[in-house]
Amino acid sequence: MKSDRSTFGLDRRSIIKAAAAASITQIASPFVITARAADEVKIGLDNPLTGVYAALGKNELIGAQLALEQINAKGGILSRKVELLVEDSTSGDAGTAVQKAGKLIERDKVNFLVGNINSALAVAMAGVSYEKGVFHVVPGGHTDPVTGANCHWNVFRVCNTTQMEANAVAGTLIKSAGKKWYYLTPDYAFGHTLQAGLEKAAAKLGGTKLGGDLTPLGTTDFSSYLIKAQAANPEVIIFLQAGDDAVNALKQAVQFGLDKKFHLAGAQQELEVLLGLPPEARIGTWVFEWYWNQPNVPHVNEFVAEVRKKSGGHVPTARTWFGYASIWTCALAAQQAKSLEPAKMAKAMQGFKLPPEVSLMPDGAFYRASQNQLIPNLYVGSAQSKGSEPEDLFKVSEVVKGIDAAGSLEDTGCKMTWPA
Amino acid sequence: MSGYGIVSSMTQLVLFNIFNGLIVGAFYALMALGLSLILNLSGVINFAHGGFLAIGGYIAYTLMPYIGFWGGLVVAPLLTAVLGLLVERVLIRRVYGRDPLYSLLLTFGLAFMFEDGTRFIWGAQSLPFQVPGWLVTPLSNQYFFLTGYRLFMVLVVAIAVMGLFLILGRTRLGIRIRAGTLDLETVSVLGVNVRVLRNMNFGLGVYLAGLAGVLAVGQLGLQPTIGASLIMPSFVAIIVGGLGSLPGTLLGGLLIGVASGITTVFFPSATEAVIYVMMAAVLLVRPRGLLGEEGRF
Amino acid sequence: MGASELNKQAPNIFVWLLLLGMPFWLPAIGGYTELGTRAVVLGLAAMSLNFLLGYTGVLSFGHAAYFGLGAYGVGMTIRYLMPSTIVGILVGTLVGTLAAAIIGPLIIRLRGVYFAMVTIAFGQVFFFIAFRWNSVTGGDDGLSGWTRLPLDFGFASIDIQHNARAFYYFVLVVFALSVGAMAWLLRSPFGRTLIAIRENEQRARFLGIPVDQHIWISWVISCCFVSVAGALYALLNNFIDPRALYWSQSGDFVIMAVLGGMRSFWGPLIGAAIFVVLQDYLSSQTENWMSFVGLFFVLVVLFFPRGVLGVIRRKVTS
Repeated sequence: MKSDRSTFGLDRRSIIKAAAAASITQIASPFVITARAADEVKIGLDNPLTGVYAALGKNELIGAQLALEQINAKGGILSRKVELLVEDSTSGDAGTAVQKAGKLIERDKVNFLVGNINSALAVAMAGVSYEKGVFHVVPGGHTDPVTGANCHWNVFRVCNTTQMEANAVAGTLIKSAGKKWYYLTPDYAFGHTLQAGLEKAAAKLGGTKLGGDLTPLGTTDFSSYLIKAQAANPEVIIFLQAGDDAVNALKQAVQFGLDKKFHLAGAQQELEVLLGLPPEARIGTWVFEWYWNQPNVPHVNEFVAEVRKKSGGHVPTARTWFGYASIWTCALAAQQAKSLEPAKMAKAMQGFKLPPEVSLMPDGAFYRASQNQLIPNLYVGSAQSKGSEPEDLFKVSEVVKGIDAAGSLEDTGCKMTWPA
Repeated sequence: MSGYGIVSSMTQLVLFNIFNGLIVGAFYALMALGLSLILNLSGVINFAHGGFLAIGGYIAYTLMPYIGFWGGLVVAPLLTAVLGLLVERVLIRRVYGRDPLYSLLLTFGLAFMFEDGTRFIWGAQSLPFQVPGWLVTPLSNQYFFLTGYRLFMVLVVAIAVMGLFLILGRTRLGIRIRAGTLDLETVSVLGVNVRVLRNMNFGLGVYLAGLAGVLAVGQLGLQPTIGASLIMPSFVAIIVGGLGSLPGTLLGGLLIGVASGITTVFFPSATEAVIYVMMAAVLLVRPRGLLGEEGRF
Repeated sequence: MGASELNKQAPNIFVWLLLLGMPFWLPAIGGYTELGTRAVVLGLAAMSLNFLLGYTGVLSFGHAAYFGLGAYGVGMTIRYLMPSTIVGILVGTLVGTLAAAIIGPLIIRLRGVYFAMVTIAFGQVFFFIAFRWNSVTGGDDGLSGWTRLPLDFGFASIDIQHNARAFYYFVLVVFALSVGAMAWLLRSPFGRTLIAIRENEQRARFLGIPVDQHIWISWVISCCFVSVAGALYALLNNFIDPRALYWSQSGDFVIMAVLGGMRSFWGPLIGAAIFVVLQDYLSSQTENWMSFVGLFFVLVVLFFPRGVLGVIRRKVTS
């Protein structure tokens, strides 16, 4: 016993002691190691890493890290090295997200703030960044007010508005699936605006609404809603859920055989959701905001290969691209303005077109002036259980130009006031 | 598109939802029974139950390529139970006899560690869990919500419940658990090893959580927070049915399933709130719950 | 003031000195002012809960509801009614207290787990109202489009909106008033009666004390101060969403109280400070912070049987 305990000249007790001592010095000087060099440009990422949006947050983080490496390899921002400070905003606690935004801005003096996936947290964070006048990029919170009624001069958004997604898909749905729709809509602003957008777009094309239900965010059992949807006998059942709600809803709808009676479809869909579904439930007509399998678009293959290296072989999703484009937006804004002053950078980004190696889309993407909303391509198509490879789960049938789906600037309700 | 058994009348819609609610409720009951067992004998409110559920699901997912769905259904809950036995031995045991609030702090901490641990091991991405194809087809067009899988779930729950009541009614362990629930001190004086008893009882409760986990991932996306949203309805089921009564817990689970089903038809925005209204009503009118015994807790 | 009296007051003086100097020493060791503000606000919530839990012996698992009512009260007042921070706090507190007063008589007969569960039930109903009533509360997206406003006294104005330090001291003043009121109540005959009920309800009843009535008052006082904390929390974030009413938020308050020590007056504040700082620090270091926070809870249960302050207490007295 004694001999094997002291193989390395240490017994267990002293190892534990050493470990304890090490952790005490860590804890006793909690903040010292976080002091950071002042000559670096800092980007603060305040996004979910735990909770229901953790998978999406992780992908956005991978994209952000890749962008960071590329920017630093090209000499940084204004010839200064760039550092990414990552904070977990949690998936639902606005208090924590605001706290972390304040921490990044006040203590760490970040030059840029990036986040959040959760729309509520994105809006709350925008309140902080606007108040402090910090350049802020929202990578993946879709609720319309971020670049609509609540828009701010300093807040830019990469992902689409719900209105854009609805407009992009409505025509295809009417043509291919039918005109009588039943909506299953998550009961919060994201779902409401998505449904309103679809109703508006469908009405123009002669579609009708047979009924609908608002399903609470976080619903696990959709059976009672599916029973009602079946009873209405529509041609299309529209699923507007996102994330885990979408996984649960589609999984159950397919088990009930509803896919054999009706056309199942919706607006926004994500690769993360399709990956979480068993093959038979990977069905329906949807909009993707970015897709990795675009063989003819320049730079996309390189991007996919780079991401695979960082993600353990997984392809990038739209989320990875959101994170990537967000960090690049920060660097490009500084470059364009030749300054780190937020107002100058924001001015410089009005109408700015992302370079093709960042936009990674056939028609490119630009920030619409006086709204700060990125206007990219949208990918309409259908989910597939088998593609060219295991993670090729979406078949793009039409690439929509963002500007055709974005509606007029007046319609967005954004009235931007600039600092004097 | 037409010609299928279309439900038109309200009555039928309500009937469907009652039926459907029973299925949903059976699942809540399974989770609640495990919680209830532990609470009754050891006075521990196990907030880590949802974590055990998730672990059950993940173990089944991991083992599926080797032993298939059926093997996973048998093995995963057992492995989860073994983990439960260990956790009880090392940690839970230390809070018996102390203010129940410490068990709350402890199991909250465990729940954090389980959620994070599963995310660390299996990742945050929802994993696709596939049940045998013949199970996931509806049995009839009219009653399309009666899929093989859902009936199978109810069947498993029924077997588990019957097995549980057999164990409690017929085996020495079960009789001791029941006796201990009523009067632990006397049982201990009579020479029963209470430590072992509580350990086995905790393992049994966690076994049910693991089983619920395997069944849940057939219908829900498998991700680290899968158990979190199921734990409160399970507590509600226990309280509505009555603390200390396992048949009560079963009844409570079925009732809340049916109640939210019916509410979906008439007042959809109260679908989740209704179970809490129901719990408040039961507590105010009959605090011991529907089948609870007087004067306990 | 004799030496023994000074000895007794020493912990109080120590706590107040720490709190008063927070905006100076916290940034010096690498923290930031908002972190201190958050600890004080959540500390107030945990101490309010402990008025009921630690001093009356009744566990509420639904305090987040009144916390949230206070928060929505202040947010909606500023947004829809009147642009005044002070009026907002008063309205928020009033709403939370009224709700508690109305619900009180229904629930005060219940004890133990039943009381905890019925408070969850009412709390969840409030949560779902905030969650689903999109047109008024903003639903899951939260209530935005308002901010805290400078305090305007006519002759002078204090900018708590942009100056984080000024806001901290404003919060500290409200905290001091609330905590002072609770301490005074606990030292009054009424407070002694509450402790008597905690120690032995049956005996208190035999002595002719109207137990239910006392628990009702204690419940309302506790909910009143937790809604003050909720109002401050909304002002701190300039935002409020339904998560602040969810049962897990109530659970956090209970954890803070138990962590710090339920039987000591300052325990919950210490618990809240540990909770807030630990999460803030660990989650910047590692995405697996939940494991470490969870482990910390487990270790406290194993090695600090009366909460963190319980141990310090025992060492001081022994």
